[in-house]
Amino acid sequence: MRLRPPDPVLLPLVVALGMVPLGLAFVTVARNRLVTGRPMPLWHAAQGPEAILSLAGLALLLLAALKRGPWLAILSGVLVMGGLGWIAGDVAQLQAISQPAARVSLGGGFWLMQALAALCLVEAARQTGRAGKALATLLVAAATASLMMSGTLDDLSLLREYANRRDVLGPALLRHIEIVTLAVAPTVLIGVPLGVACYRREAIGRLVLPTLGVVQTIPSIALFGLMLAPLAALATWQPALARIGISGVGMAPAVLALLLYSLLPIASNTQAGLASVPDSVRDAARGIGMTRGQIFWQVEAQLAFPALLAGLRITIVQATGLAAVAALIGAGGLGAIMFDGLFTGALDLALLGAIPVIGLAVTADLLLRLVTPRATDRAPS
Amino acid sequence: MTSLLRPCVWLVLLLAASFGMTSLRPLFAALFPTLERPVYLQEGFAALLLAHLELVAVSGVLAGIIGIAIGVAVTRPWGAAYRGLAETLSAAGQTFPPVAVLAIAVPSMGFGPQPAVLALLLYGLLPVVQNTIAGLTQVPPAVLDAATGLGFSPFRRLWRVELPLAAPLILTGLRVSVIITIGTAALASTVGVTTLGSPILLGLSAENTAYVLQGAVLIGLLALAVDAMFDAALTLFFAGAGRPAGGTS
Repeated sequence: MRLRPPDPVLLPLVVALGMVPLGLAFVTVARNRLVTGRPMPLWHAAQGPEAILSLAGLALLLLAALKRGPWLAILSGVLVMGGLGWIAGDVAQLQAISQPAARVSLGGGFWLMQALAALCLVEAARQTGRAGKALATLLVAAATASLMMSGTLDDLSLLREYANRRDVLGPALLRHIEIVTLAVAPTVLIGVPLGVACYRREAIGRLVLPTLGVVQTIPSIALFGLMLAPLAALATWQPALARIGISGVGMAPAVLALLLYSLLPIASNTQAGLASVPDSVRDAARGIGMTRGQIFWQVEAQLAFPALLAGLRITIVQATGLAAVAALIGAGGLGAIMFDGLFTGALDLALLGAIPVIGLAVTADLLLRLVTPRATDRAPS
Repeated sequence: MTSLLRPCVWLVLLLAASFGMTSLRPLFAALFPTLERPVYLQEGFAALLLAHLELVAVSGVLAGIIGIAIGVAVTRPWGAAYRGLAETLSAAGQTFPPVAVLAIAVPSMGFGPQPAVLALLLYGLLPVVQNTIAGLTQVPPAVLDAATGLGFSPFRRLWRVELPLAAPLILTGLRVSVIITIGTAALASTVGVTTLGSPILLGLSAENTAYVLQGAVLIGLLALAVDAMFDAALTLFFAGAGRPAGGTS
C-alpha cells in the first residue's frame, strides 16, 4: 500500500487553525456595552462538553487533512465551527449570571478560527463536488439554527443588540429589499430595450454604453452626493414634488442613483447576449421562413436570456451593497443600523447591520445562479 | 494621442477643483444662500485628496503585488493545489458588498487608518487574483512549449512570456480593484479616517449640501481620472484589450 501525502491545502489550514488561539483573543469581556472589553483567550473560555466537542472536531479535521478525507473534513469542520460558537455562547451565559450588564463580544480569534474552518469546508466541498457543497451548506445551516434556537448564543453582545433592535431589524430588512426592488424593476424595463437598441444600432451602443460606464465609475457615495443638491433644489422649486417624496435625502435620490448604476450591467449584458447569437443560427431561422419578429422573440431573445439573467444577478448583488451606502442620505434600510453602530462605536450593532447585508447579497447571488441556465446548455453546438 | 487626452482632461479638472474649490466660495454662496459656511474649510481639499490618494495607493500597490504573487503561485505546478480555493474565494468574496466588509473589518481591528488599509487591501486583492489567474491560464500551451523548447528557465518563461501575455487582464483586474478602493476609501470616513468622504459626511450630518457637493465632485473626478489613466494605459500598451464590465462600491 502506497502512503498518500497529506492534503497540501487542508493541512496548513488546520495547523493555522490550531495556532490562532495562541495569538488572538477568543472573546472580549466588557463591563458594559460602550467600554472596550478585555481579551479572554480560548483556554480560559473553553470548558465543558463543548470544549471536548471542538477539540474532537479539530483532531478529526487534522486526521482528514493527513488522510485526505474530504467528507470527514466537512463533518469535522462543521463540528469545530459549531463547537466554537457554543463555547462563546457559554462564556456569555456565565458572565451574564454574575454581571448582567457585562457584554461578551466575539474576538478576532473567534472570527479567524471560524474563517479558517470555513476555508477548510470550502476546500473539502470543492474536492467532493456538488454533493459535498450541498452537505456542507446544510450542516452549517443546521448547526447555526440549532445554536440560535436553543438560546445558547442569546447572551452574546451581538444577540443582545439583536434583542434590543428586534422590532427595527425586520422593517429595516424589508426597507432594504424595497429600495433594491424599486431600483432594479424599472432598470430592467429601461435597460433591456436600451440593450436591444445598442445591439441593433452600433452608433447608439457607442454612445450609451461608455456613458453608463462613466456612471459606474463614480463611487456610490459621490453619486448620492451629486443627486442631493439638484433633487433638493427641485423639491423647493416645485413643492408638489416634495409632497410625493422627491427630495434631496431619503428614498428618491437613493433609488435614482441605484437605477443609474444598474443600467450598465443590464444594458451591456443584453447587448452582449444578443451579439453572441451566431449568424448561422439567424440564417437558419430566416431560411425556414421566420419573420424578423419571430427571429427576435423565438431565437435571439431565447439565446440571449442567460446573459440577461447574469446581468440581473450582478445588478441585484451590486444594488444590495449600494443600498447600504444609501443609508447615509437617509434612505433607511440595513445600512442605517450599520452606520449607527459605526458612528457610535458599537461594534456589535455595526455587525448586526452588516451581516444581513452580506446575507442578502449572497442569497440573491445563489438564487439567481440556480435559475440561470448555463450558457453552454442552450448554446448551439 | 487622443487616448491621452481624456485622462489629462480629468486630471486637470481634478487638480483645478481640489486647489481652486475655496476660491469658488462666491459661487457656492450664490447657490446655497441659506448656508453660513458655503465652503468646507476644516482641511484643505488638496490635503484631503492627498490623504485619500495615500490610502488608495498603499492598499492598491499592496493588493497589486500580493494579488499577482498569489495568482502566479497558484498557476505554478507547486502551488496548483491552491488554485481551486483561490478561484472560489476571489469569486465568492466579490459578492460581499465592500461597505459591509469595511463595517465588519474596521471596528473589529480598531478604528483608524491601518485597519481601513487592511480592509481595502483584502477586498482589493480579489479582482487582482481572479484576473491574474485568468490571464495566466489563457496563455496558449503551444506558446509555453515553444518557450521551454527555446531553453527558457521557468522563471524566465514567466517573466518574458507569461506575464506580458497576461498583462492586459491583470491590468484590468487592478483597474477594477483601484476604482472600488477609491469609493470604499471615501466610506472609511465613517470610521474616522480623513478622506475626501469627510466633507460629505460632515455635510450630511450638518445639513450643509454645499459640503456634500464639494466632496462628491472631487471623489467623482478622482475616480474618473484614475479610470481614464488605466484606460489610456490599456489602449497604449495593449490596443484596448479587456474593458471591465463594472465595479463600484
